Amino acid sequence: MLTLTGIDAFYGNVQILRGMALEAQRGEILCLLGRNGAGKTTTLKTIMGLVRAQSGIVMLDGQDVTTLPAHEIPKRGIGYVPQGRRLFAEMTVAENLEIGLMTRQKGKDVRERMLDLFPVLRDRLKQVSGTLSGGEQQMLAMARALCLEPAVLLLDEPTEGLQPSMIALIRDVVTELRGGNTAIILVEQRVDAVLSIADRVLFIENGTPREMVDAATLRADPALVQKYVGIG
Amino acid sequence: MNLLDYLPFDLPHPALLAAGMLEGTVLAAVLALTALGLSIVFGIMRVVNVAHGEFYMLGAVLAWFITHTVSGIIGGPPWLGFALALIIAPLIVAALAAATDWLVLKRLNYDPEATIVATIGILYIIQQLALTFYGPDARPVEAPFDFRVQLPWFGYSGYKLCVVGAAILLMLIVWLILARTKIGLIMRATQYDRETAQAFGIPVDKVYAGVFALGAGLAAIGAVLIVPIQQAHYLMGGDPLLLSFIVVILGGLGSLKGTLVAAIFIGLSDGIISTLYEPTLAKILATLLVAMVLVFRPQGLFGARAA
Repeated sequence: MLTLTGIDAFYGNVQILRGMALEAQRGEILCLLGRNGAGKTTTLKTIMGLVRAQSGIVMLDGQDVTTLPAHEIPKRGIGYVPQGRRLFAEMTVAENLEIGLMTRQKGKDVRERMLDLFPVLRDRLKQVSGTLSGGEQQMLAMARALCLEPAVLLLDEPTEGLQPSMIALIRDVVTELRGGNTAIILVEQRVDAVLSIADRVLFIENGTPREMVDAATLRADPALVQKYVGIG
Repeated sequence: MNLLDYLPFDLPHPALLAAGMLEGTVLAAVLALTALGLSIVFGIMRVVNVAHGEFYMLGAVLAWFITHTVSGIIGGPPWLGFALALIIAPLIVAALAAATDWLVLKRLNYDPEATIVATIGILYIIQQLALTFYGPDARPVEAPFDFRVQLPWFGYSGYKLCVVGAAILLMLIVWLILARTKIGLIMRATQYDRETAQAFGIPVDKVYAGVFALGAGLAAIGAVLIVPIQQAHYLMGGDPLLLSFIVVILGGLGSLKGTLVAAIFIGLSDGIISTLYEPTLAKILATLLVAMVLVFRPQGLFGARAA
């Protein structure tokens, strides 16, 4: 589905990714775990073409998308929920959704489905999105990405700073999407937030993939978690 | 003893005041269009376009070439030449601006400082090209129609009033495009967050080229409208550039509403002060006002505080 092979990426002169590699499958949640600065966000940005891979290949459905212009990549069916949500905060909820719909020329039916999925948004269509609560903003960020009807969904810390009920809701949506045959890559720092929904976990350290583990294995033996994301 | 006797100057005659206000309104209308172009470019691209006044000048000079060709060489009526100039000159200027964006600004990665220096260079290139091919003379363009509107004190040029109407109409169109259309939505998304816009399929390179073209085109339209009133000259870009910057700073960079209000204010005060006293005094006061605003309200009257 989506594969990364041997990706090197830099911010200026600083190398962030060193031989990054992963493979995401349809109907599966792949979770990237690692400490701050391990390169999780950069991996997602490289997939989106927002950070350019200096070497390595990003393949989507057998096609090389590594060198596509950044704005072409979402059109191939990759939806992105960035860290910190990055809504167009001065625009209304409706306008944010409209931008998502425009990406792949989706129509009213997709919009309706999003509003059914997140009913709160329906009541707030005319509201400026920056004035929504944190949880509502996260829902809008997800709805905006899902407006692409993506084959691959990239989620960067979607539960950051949210209250437990919101986290549960987002977890439900993500689980539902997996059933809908979407490949999901989830970046998280908090292990407890992912272990219950992830299928596989990829541990990242210093921009390099270290170990790929089935979530079931990890649930039985949390020692690895300590090794890669534990403190001290 | 009347209190008014203590004023250090004589109060103007109402007719003179009315004339000043009318002249000011015409200036305000053209200024608002030109400043709107500058404001959109800065607001969306974060590029301070020092060459903006030269796009204005180029619009006027092209208008002269087009009207001169139509009426002087082909022998068409003045309105035909002017109508063609109003369409063709802004399009040529917009195309040139898009090319400038692609050849220069894009290659500088829209770095704020580099683009200032680059647009200073572009200012001189355009100015010297105009001097070379158009010459140092100021040349008039005939107004497309000539009727006078009779006011209580004096008759006033109907054309000037139409300029005001045209400017208002154009600004309304720009506002509608920005606020109500998909293109406007794309432009606002690019303005707000360039990276996220790309992640939703918005080709920001093309948006930037289009915005730069639109900004220059607005300046050129302003110039075509003004050229039957002022003559076309290769150095005419200086004043509109200065006034546009004043307007944009007063109103708040990137705020359309602020640009509009400030343009009306500066245009009116410039017109009234120029007519009644001295054009130089008008510029001094306007520049002083900008200095005061920068000291006490750096984000401009309507600008949002920097996040």
